[in-house]
Parts: sequence; C-alpha cells; structure tokens
Amino acid sequence: MTLNALNANVPEGPIEKKWDTRRFEMKLVNPANKRKYKVIVVGSGLAGGSAAASMAELGYDVDCFCYQDSPRRAHSIAAQGGINAAKNYQNDGDSVWRLFYDTVKGGDYRAREANVYRLAQISVNIIDQCVAQGVPFAREYGGTLANRSFGGAQVSRTFYARGQTGQQLLLGAYQSLERQIGAGKVKMHPRTEMLDLVVVDGRARGIITRDLVTGKIEAHAADAVVLGTGGYGNVFYLSTNAKGCNTTAIWRAHKRGAHFANPCFTQIHPTCIPVAGDYQSKLTLMSESLRNDGRIWVPLKAGDTRKASDIPEGERDYYLERRYPAFGNLVPRDVASRAAKLACDEGRGVGPGGRGVYLDFAESIGRLGEAMIRERYGNLFDMYERITGENPYQVPMRIYPAIHYTMGGLWVDYDLMSTIPGMFVIGEANFSDHGANRLGASALMQGLADGYFILPYTIGNYLAQSKGPKIDASHAAFKDAVKGVTATTDKLLASKGKRTVDSFHRELGLLMWEACGMARNEAGLTAALEKIPQIRAEFWKDVILPSGGAEMNQELEKAGRVADFLELGELMCFDALQRNESCGGHFREEHVETEGANKGEAKRDDDNYCYAAAWEYKGPDERQALHKEPLTFDNVHLTQRDYK
Amino acid sequence: MSATVAGTGSRFYETAIGKKIVMAVTGVILVGFVFVHMTGNLQVLQGADKINHYAKLLRTSMPLLWTARLVLIASVVLHVRAALQLYALKAAARPVAYAKKAHRGATLASRTMIWSGYTLAIFIVLHILHFTTGTIHTDFVEGDVFHNVTTAFKNPLIAAGYVVMMGFLFMHISHGIFSLTQSLGLSHPRYSAAAKTVARVLAVIIAVGFAAVPVAVFAVIAK
Amino acid sequence: MTRTFSLTLHVWRQKSAKQAGQFAKYIAANVSEHMSFLEMLDVVNQDLLAKGEDPIAFDHDCREGICGSCGFMVNGDAHGGHRGTTICQLHMRHFKDGEELWLEPWRSAAFPIVKDLAVDRGAFDRIIASGGFVSVPTGSAVDGNAIPVPKTEADLAMDAAACIGCGACVAMCPNSAAQLFTAAKVGHLGLLPQGQPERDRRVLAMVGQMTAEGFGHCTSTGECEAVCPKEIPIAFIARMNRDYLEASVKERPQANRGGSG
Repeated sequence: MTLNALNANVPEGPIEKKWDTRRFEMKLVNPANKRKYKVIVVGSGLAGGSAAASMAELGYDVDCFCYQDSPRRAHSIAAQGGINAAKNYQNDGDSVWRLFYDTVKGGDYRAREANVYRLAQISVNIIDQCVAQGVPFAREYGGTLANRSFGGAQVSRTFYARGQTGQQLLLGAYQSLERQIGAGKVKMHPRTEMLDLVVVDGRARGIITRDLVTGKIEAHAADAVVLGTGGYGNVFYLSTNAKGCNTTAIWRAHKRGAHFANPCFTQIHPTCIPVAGDYQSKLTLMSESLRNDGRIWVPLKAGDTRKASDIPEGERDYYLERRYPAFGNLVPRDVASRAAKLACDEGRGVGPGGRGVYLDFAESIGRLGEAMIRERYGNLFDMYERITGENPYQVPMRIYPAIHYTMGGLWVDYDLMSTIPGMFVIGEANFSDHGANRLGASALMQGLADGYFILPYTIGNYLAQSKGPKIDASHAAFKDAVKGVTATTDKLLASKGKRTVDSFHRELGLLMWEACGMARNEAGLTAALEKIPQIRAEFWKDVILPSGGAEMNQELEKAGRVADFLELGELMCFDALQRNESCGGHFREEHVETEGANKGEAKRDDDNYCYAAAWEYKGPDERQALHKEPLTFDNVHLTQRDYK
Repeated sequence: MSATVAGTGSRFYETAIGKKIVMAVTGVILVGFVFVHMTGNLQVLQGADKINHYAKLLRTSMPLLWTARLVLIASVVLHVRAALQLYALKAAARPVAYAKKAHRGATLASRTMIWSGYTLAIFIVLHILHFTTGTIHTDFVEGDVFHNVTTAFKNPLIAAGYVVMMGFLFMHISHGIFSLTQSLGLSHPRYSAAAKTVARVLAVIIAVGFAAVPVAVFAVIAK
Repeated sequence: MTRTFSLTLHVWRQKSAKQAGQFAKYIAANVSEHMSFLEMLDVVNQDLLAKGEDPIAFDHDCREGICGSCGFMVNGDAHGGHRGTTICQLHMRHFKDGEELWLEPWRSAAFPIVKDLAVDRGAFDRIIASGGFVSVPTGSAVDGNAIPVPKTEADLAMDAAACIGCGACVAMCPNSAAQLFTAAKVGHLGLLPQGQPERDRRVLAMVGQMTAEGFGHCTSTGECEAVCPKEIPIAFIARMNRDYLEASVKERPQANRGGSG
C-alpha cells in the first residue's frame, strides 16, 4: 500500500475566482480546428448527453455511445424531485455561497471545496439553459418559475417539473443531442456497450465496444474519451437504479489506470417500497417529500403481527419523532435509513419478511382532509397502490431504505480529468462533488454542470496541449484490446455451468447489503472480503450462458457487468474497512459518539480521514494501492452534524 | 423507412396528415351536402307539389347545378383517392398482423370506415342511376320526384335497402365528423370532449331524416 | 396470503430481423400475485437457462415506468392494456390462474424486430432529430425568468412532454401511426414561447420525417391514448394537424433552409 498525495490541479486564488482563473488560463482550440478532434462520449444521460451535444455545438467531431436503444432512456430519466440552483428567485436569502455551504456540509466534509463552489456558481446557468430548451418547469400563475424546498436546505431553491424533473431535463439534453445527430455532428451508437479503454503512450485514445444487436466487437479511436456512465448502485443487485446500470465502463477504465475514489460512499434512500419476494428485480423509490406529511412508526413490541389498524396508539413507536425531536420525520436520508434498519433488526419490522416500517398518513388525512393529501401526493399514492395493491389512503404505506446513488467513482481533478490523461469522467461516474452524502436535487445539477458548462471548456484545454500522433483503430494497442475483449466474451459464451448470472448477482448483492450497506463493521467487512473472491471464482467456473455471440444476448451483457461488480464489490469493502470513521453514507458501527446528547450517532474523524481515497489497480487479485487527496476546508468550517 | 433524417419538410399531400386534411375538407363538403339533401328530401312528406317544386327550383340554373355537381364529384374523387392511398399506407405500415388484437376505445364505426366507405360509394352510384338518371328505375318519370320516390319505396326490398344504407351512412359520418375535427385541428380543451357527441347527434339526425322518407312511404302504402 | 398460480404463455420468438419468427409455448408456474409482469418473465427465463434454452429477449431498464424501454403486446393490448401503466408496472394480481397469454412484439414496419419481443424504435429518435428541439446552443440562454410562461400553458406543455417514447401508441394503432408520439413533442414545444421561432419549421420537418419512416395515418380511433402510459390525449394530434396546416399555408421556399444545426 503506497501513500501518494494526488494533485487535484485546483487553481490558486480565492474560491470565488478559481473558475474564472482557470477559464482564463486555459488554452483554446481554434474554432476551425475543432472538427479535426474526435471525442468519444460514453453514456447519454444528463452528463454524457449534455456534454456530447455541447461539444458538437462547439465543433468537435463527437461519437456518443449508450447501451440503451435510445439516448433518451438513460437512468437520469428516473429522477423525480428536482434540481437545485442558487437563483434566489424566492428572495429568501439564497446565494451561491449558501448552496456551496449546504452541499459541502450535506456531503459531511468529504468533497473538494473548489469543485462544489464551481457547481453552485454554474447552477444558475443550468436553469437558464434548460428553460430555453423548452423544459416545462413548474410555474406560478404570474408565469415565473416555481420552487420548492428539499431536504438539507432552509431555502426554496429546487426547480421541478411535476415528479418527472429528471425526465424533462434529460429530454432537453436529448433533444439538443438529437439536433446535433440530425446535423451530422454527432454519430450516435445506441445499443453499444463499452468494454475496454485503449491507452496509448499514457493517454486515453479510444474504446472497444460490443454491438449489442450483432455482437460485433469494434475499436474506436479518438483524441479524448469522456465517461458519463453513471453510478454502480447495482453492485447491491437490488437498488433504485435501472436494471442496466453498471460499473463496466468505469471499472475497465480503472483497470487501465484510472484511480477509483471513495468506492464505499453509497447513498441509501429511506423511502422505497419494501421487497415483496425473492423474485424481486428492483426497488422503487417514493419521493422523499412524503416524509413532510407521513409519520414513521413500528410496533412497540417485537414480533407484533397485528394489522396496523389494530395496534393502538399507545403500542406504536414513532421512533424518529422520539429520537430526533427537533427534525422528527425529516432527518437526513442516512439517519432515517439507519433508524429503520435498527427497528427491523430489533424484530419490529412490518410486512412480509419484516423488513419495512410504516409511513402513516392517517393523521395528516384527518387534519388536512383526503383531498389535500391527494393533491400533494396523488401520483405517488397511485404508484404505491399499483405496485403493492394496497390503498395508502386507508392503510399505512410500508417503506424500507434502498441503495439509490453512489457518491464514489473515478477520481478526477478540477478539470474532471482522471488519472489517465485524455480520459474525463462526468456526472455520477466521477467522485467529485457530493463527498460522503449527496443532498436531494443535487445529482441533476452536477450532471448538467459537468456536461454543459465544465467539460466543454476543460477538454479544449487538454486537446490544445496534447499534440499526440494521429492514431486510428489499426494501431497495435487497439488490436490487443479487441483480442482481450473477444477472449473474455468467448470465455463467457462457452461457460455452461449450473448457475445463472442473476443467481450470482443476487448472492453478491445480498452480501454487499449486509456487509457494506447501511451499516458496516470490521467483522462483517473482513468476512465479505474473504467471501467475494470465492463467489468470483465460482462465477467463472459455474455460470451458465446461452451461446449466441452474434446476436442480442442479454445474459452475456449481464454476465460481463456482474463480473465487474464482483471485483468492484471487493474494493468497496476494502475501502470501507480502511476508513475508520463514520461519515455521511458510510456508517461504521465502531465509530459512534459514545456519550452526550448525540450518543450512538455517527462520528467523523477529521484528523485522520479528511481525504479522498483513490485506489490504483495493481492487477488481478492484487491488493489495490491507496492514494490520498487531502481535503482542506478553508471556507466551510468542519463541524459535526446535529439533528436532535 | 428511412435510416437518415430528412431534415426538411415534405410536400403537403405527400404526408398522411396532408391526405387526412384533404379527406376532412372534402368530408365537410360531403356532410354539408347530405345534410341539405336530407332536409330537401323531407319535403316528400309534405306532398308531391312541395317536393317537385323544390326539385324544379334546384334546376333553375344548369350552370349553377353543374358547378355544385362538379364540386361534389371532385370531393368524392379526392375523398376516395385519399382513402385508398391511406388504406394502402396502413397495409404497408403493418405488414405482419397481430395474432391477437384487442381494442381499447376504438368504436366499430372508427374501425370500419373503409368498409362503410366502399358500401356508400357503391350505394351512391346505384342511387344516382336510380333517382337522378332513372336508369335502373322501373317506372321513372323525368321531373316527377314524388312519383319516382313513392313508386320505388313501394317495393319493400328497396325501402329496406335504403334504410340499411342509411345505417352505413350513420356509421361513416358519426366517426367521420369527429375525425374531421381532429384532422382540421378544431380541438379545444373544453369543447373537444363534446365533439364525439355532437358528431353522433348530427349523424343520427341525417340518417334518420333520410330513412324517414322510405319508412314513411312504405308505412303509408302498408295502410 | 399471497396468491400463486400458473399461466400459459405463447411468446413470439424471433432470432433477428432477418429470420422468421413463431410462437413458442411456455408454462409460467408459481407466479406470485406480487410479481411484476417482467419479474414473471425473469422467472420463466431462469427456468429456460437452467434447461439450456435461449431466454426470451425483451427491452427493459428502469422498471418503474419512466424510461420507456419496455413494452410488448399482451393478448393484443399494448403494455397489457391497463390505464396509465407500462408493462414493467403491471402486476400479476390482475391475472387469473390458468390464463393463456399471447405475448407479441410491437408490430410496425417502422419498428423492425431486433429479437423476440424487442424492437428497434430508432424511427422515433430520427423524428426528434428532424426538428423536435429548440435550437439553443449551450450558453446562449437568457435568464430563466426573462420570458414569463402562463402556468396553464406550462402545465399543458408538461402533459405532452410526459411522453416516454415507448411506442405503445404505434403498436396499438390499427394503422401503425406515430401521430401521438410526434404530436406530443410538437405540442410540448409549440405551447411554450421558447418553441415559437421554429414552430412552423418543426412541424413540417417532423411530419415529413414521420412520413418517411413509414408510419401509417391517424383515423382518430383513440386506441393510442387509451394505452398511453402517460395518458397523453389525442387532442394533441388535432393541435399538430392545425399547426401543420398553418405551417403548410405559410411555408415559403426558403422556410426550410438556413438555421444550421
């Protein structure tokens, strides 16, 4: 294990001036020359889609790849709540500084200050851009944009389009992208998966892909590669991510030399619909806004199997209101999630399997009337009923936490470039802006900030300075990479064992959820670190796949992704084990306040762990090397969070 | 199917929407015609003088009559031409049929427009040969509409045939009137919901008005 | 008590667009009423894999009704025919023991079959690429509140913008028409002030592309709106037709030139 400090390449000067400084320092590519540069963008979500469109507008020759059948389907589309921006349209005292402060604090002081400040600065441009694209944000009667408040903030700065904000923002980016595709400036490759990164002379020069319809493995050369491939929450098998979400692009880039930062920082969302059976394929999120009017409770006694309506008030435990009288049901996501787990661990969980807590609207319905509740949450109640078959106007909802977002990702510097020159990482795929916990309505903001307003500048700075030789896909490095990918694919296709890909994925997911989920401890992590290599070995020995290599083969797609999850899971556990503190979504049971009002709450260790942990791949079955990027907080003072 | 983006619009009539607009405009003319035709016909019920006088009135100016006829013929031709082209498009757009196909909301009338259309087209030809030229009328008297109508509808088969045809007319225009409001973009957030009802009521008035003549003639004979 | 039951499935199996397809019969045993339709197919697929057979291919991703990936016909109904529901959101409690279900892909010349129940909906992307956007390069936007948008217009635009591009409208339409999809985007952008400069150009281009892709015509049957998972009404089709008529009347020879992409 080596201990090298990473240089984030942050500009000098006061934090308000850093981005201006960098933009002025940057070398520019002559407009007439831009078309001579080919840029590959992998992923077409908010980050990738907006980046591909913006770079094509600038004149670069862009190739964009996505595994879905259309760039419009990336999982950004599922974000419900909204997007933050420091517009201060509500005149309630919001500012760039306040958004910056809230995000750093919400991230539990494990994010890079300079990046977060820039994010807050750019947030205002994003709203303008999206409005101009025709994103139908909610409006007031006077025609101005409406805002609502969201967790972790005391101002109303969240812009929204009903409960489909992610969809509308993505469609805005998608339409801009399609405009460039129609104009011939972007070549789109749908149903195409990146399976390797090609590095020549230390620089990223292309990717290897598989056409998911024909099975053809192809090499694509470029002057720079951008990964906007999203998060890796599906390592847990069950998550709120789309089924196709995967780590393959970033993991294979990691194996080619890109450091992976803070892999153990994952976010659990407290209000998801509980698992109904072992066939369950994914979890559905219910907007956090439900906690504004719903009261969370479990029976006071363990093993109480009575119907909710048969349990009298006196035998109910409204545990969040009891433990956190100041914030009550509105404590942050991580706190609410852990409290639910604790209640279920005590045997007080409700519903089949006992992994659920009640979210009860009876009191609100009594106070406000059913009509008011219907107006506020009607679509969510309908969704709940569609899935569970239960009417939440009559019986309390059952909820349970689920994996929702991954703050960790490939390490990038201030310019969003990874440790491989020429490879940039944007959106959820990188690690930079949310620290150990992401606040609601910040993911959309970050994806679009990276794609529309940061990467298009910083990539120009790189391209203007990197006058590498012209390389095409006939270069030996590409041929070798194609050979490697083909060999792995053939090996999987030839595997005729007894267990399906899903069964391995489920096994890994369950293990990860137990050992590296809402709460982690040394014993569990150590055990998982022993178990994961065993599952991995068994996977390569006993997995069964259908043979079709030259056709659509969804099992093969899954197998490649699960193979990568089986490696990533190990790194996550190792990262969680080395971080001997509790911060944000990373809760180590050994590291809690032992006395005082906050007894039992997460305890950060700023003296020893105020850094981003970036892991360097050292080869198969080798222990990865740790590099640290020290985090300094010159503008926001380190304090312990308190929600009592 | 095209793998590329054309990038520009195409000529009006080349698109399905252009053809539908042509169908809608000609549909308006034809529905307007049948409505006037129906109100004229009702004068049969008022006796020979009334209807024969009306028929004579229509023929006061041959240029005017032929202008109207040409507009109608052109409308029918354009209407049928667009219908046939669109029907061919439909077949090309789904070359492989579903093994099972359910219907959600589509009325029988809306699904059988082409068939009610074919039927009406044949009917119109026969009808013109029957009452306009008298070619297939067994006892045709030029200019005596009342006589022509009453003698024809004495035959129960002919009377019943006309009533059945009015059933097809009802089907065709009950959906057609609603559909033309769609094709011409006459939608309105508040009144669109009523468009289907208005179309159906109008269709009933026209069909019943027409059917009243053979029924009444036959009923009087039967007494 | 959780109800479990079994179903007979007749599933369209087709290796690729080039090869012929046919129905294959499978028994889905131990179906739980709490499963989603796709989870039921997952279980069928696990059994097929165990037997060394090729699992049934179908598109899916978010499994919460928003990405628009999934969709096929169940007994002739797009997405199974429940109001405002995609097939991934359809739960098995709506089915009875012993029911026979026919699963077919969207059938349209414009949607070639990729494999089994998965089709290629690239035609939709090309319709958007032809004009379904506002040409506003990154960085050229005015302040978000500079142009007020009446709430009613914004809400109506959102009704149309909710389209997930799943293709159910085309699949259900007796004429395989893409009017509802195209009209949703024409309506969404046409209702907003930001969409006005390109309003005529957009509708002409999108309708032209829709025609070139080989979709059928609209006979106002209302089948599309009945199965649209986002319940987009056909009033938007009327709106598009009006826009198209107006734009065609106004069209000048230069109208389609300029405005580089």
